[in-house]
Amino acid sequence: MKPLHVVTGRAVPLDRTDVDTDQIIPSDWLKRVERTGFGAGLFSEWRDDRNFILNQTEFIGATILVAGPNFGTGSSREHAVWALMDYGFEVIISPRFGDIFRNNCTKQGLLPAQVDPDFGRALLDSVLKDPSLELTVDVARGTIEVPAAGLTGTFPLDEFTRERLLNGWDDIGLTLRYESSIGEYETHRASWLPVTTG
Amino acid sequence: MAADGSESPLTLSEKVWDRHVVHSAAGEPDILFIDLHLIHEVTSPQAFDGLRLAGRSVRHPELTVATADHNVPTTDIDKPVADPVSARQLEVLTANCTEFGITCYPMGNANQGIVHIIGPELGLTLPGMTVVCGDSHTSTHGAFGALAFGIGTSEVEHVLATQTLPQTRPETMSVEVEGDLPAGVTAKDIVLAVIGVIGTAGGSGHVIEYRGSAIRALSMEGRMTVCNMSIEAGARAGMVAPDDTTFAYVEGRPHAPKAAQWEKALEDWRTLGTDVGAQFAKTVTLDASALRPHVTWGTNPGQVVAIDGTVPDPDSFAEEGAREAAARALQYMDLRAGTPLRDISVDTVFIGSCTNGRIEDLRSAATVLRGRQVRSGLRALVVPGSHRVKAQAEAEGLDKVFTAAGFDWREPGCSMCLAMNPDKLAVGERCASTSNRNFEGRQGRGGRTHLVSPAVAAATAVAGHFATPEDLL
Repeated sequence: MKPLHVVTGRAVPLDRTDVDTDQIIPSDWLKRVERTGFGAGLFSEWRDDRNFILNQTEFIGATILVAGPNFGTGSSREHAVWALMDYGFEVIISPRFGDIFRNNCTKQGLLPAQVDPDFGRALLDSVLKDPSLELTVDVARGTIEVPAAGLTGTFPLDEFTRERLLNGWDDIGLTLRYESSIGEYETHRASWLPVTTG
Repeated sequence: MAADGSESPLTLSEKVWDRHVVHSAAGEPDILFIDLHLIHEVTSPQAFDGLRLAGRSVRHPELTVATADHNVPTTDIDKPVADPVSARQLEVLTANCTEFGITCYPMGNANQGIVHIIGPELGLTLPGMTVVCGDSHTSTHGAFGALAFGIGTSEVEHVLATQTLPQTRPETMSVEVEGDLPAGVTAKDIVLAVIGVIGTAGGSGHVIEYRGSAIRALSMEGRMTVCNMSIEAGARAGMVAPDDTTFAYVEGRPHAPKAAQWEKALEDWRTLGTDVGAQFAKTVTLDASALRPHVTWGTNPGQVVAIDGTVPDPDSFAEEGAREAAARALQYMDLRAGTPLRDISVDTVFIGSCTNGRIEDLRSAATVLRGRQVRSGLRALVVPGSHRVKAQAEAEGLDKVFTAAGFDWREPGCSMCLAMNPDKLAVGERCASTSNRNFEGRQGRGGRTHLVSPAVAAATAVAGHFATPEDLL
């Protein structure tokens, strides 16, 4: 995946709670066997409404999505991450993410920045008031800064994930460093464990 | 080890976790060995592409099994799939499995069905295992005391390549359901009530262990229903300690251990339960005897009330976010606060899915429908979870009960749970559904979903509005 260091850009305020992955990418789009081209399907049912935030011209070209709590709940579909990235988002900010969605983000190099609920609210209000605000999100420092609004916040990231994001490391490659441990483990698995063949 | 040198007591999930750690290092996630990897057509094609791009093979094709479920039509399965995009995805699954040597049950195969139904019924899901699938309802398999969780496509590729997954150790949570369930209250009502109490993020970062006399009294089918919806409470997984009910279900299934291996496995499985004195990070208790059949009114599974209740007033929620979510949900669902649930009419009833598509679910609905008729003008369909479930139901004559009542008797698959096949709600249609998600558009763009148990779904089909079987007497 592509390394991610510092993202500076405008943000889209999605002021809703419990945005599930069915909303991020509706199931019709899941029939495709490709990994690209999902941006057109992003929030496709909500985008039918002309007033939906993504349809407002002042938010075109934004690279950061600021959402309410519980973003990315429900289905494990990684297509949600592919759609957000294909649309142009590099960072999603929310007070809480669905566990599988957050995992999927970090495997693809989309930053799930989990923030304090009060800071998340303040961020939403600021961007709603002034769509031209620029945010700077720094992966190495774990900070979100909005100088024009006088806002500064932080987000937690375990060091392993931070290093992976900063370097764009592939998870499979990292695991295969321990291939001999996998081989060793395989020699003493219980004999009653099933196989799918036969 | 505890400070006094004795083994410290562990929970079920910790025991299963510990025995699967391949590599552990400070500051890194544990690398867990995966005993069973289930795949289906929707979340696997890009993972196989990734393998091909990197020149990697599947490390353990014999620990992987594939089935076609999300896209398959539930009628005319002997004819080509009409939707060319679905047809292509189904073909790609079969082709990938052939290329990489993976057992695959395509549409129409006697072992085909919803991925979370076929694992247990084939005896592939066993106590103490790690089970993953690119599907959030993988938590279903936790009913056997397996650690089972949903993963994304990058992780599917990772498991195919290495048979392991890097995972951060989750927190433990106990949901204790004590007492006897009143008549007409089912496993589905237990789990809907749990989600109603703890909320859609109540289990976030945790593995839930369901405990207590009401859980012990459930059949394996019921336990699977409960564990299935753990993800709707935000949990990483749901589990039930294996016991004699578990062993009786597993024994004799095609892939279950036999003879001496069975005895060896049993001995091991009996050690899996949570030790006395083990600590959970979080505990929630529920009184089973006070439960009633539940119906969701909103657009997430936490927006749920007992059937005797009314649609809540958004202003009754303390938190601003919950108020706004409720108001938006009522608008989408076209419901008014204060409306009794029993006054809400439906156009469609769907019985099926990985939550409630097992034989016991079909028996429960058929019991209600015997000698009764679906309300005129109402569309009702029952989609067995697998071909094995379908065959069993037909052997018991349940198909005749459903069709005599006016239900469509369909071929197995995920069907109207997520509307990736032709079974969809039209804009504005309202459905009583035994599935797991009432999200906006889940059963078809603009469709309105209310989650219920199979018994309530059947009674609702007869009454035309939300009803319990007792209401029909």
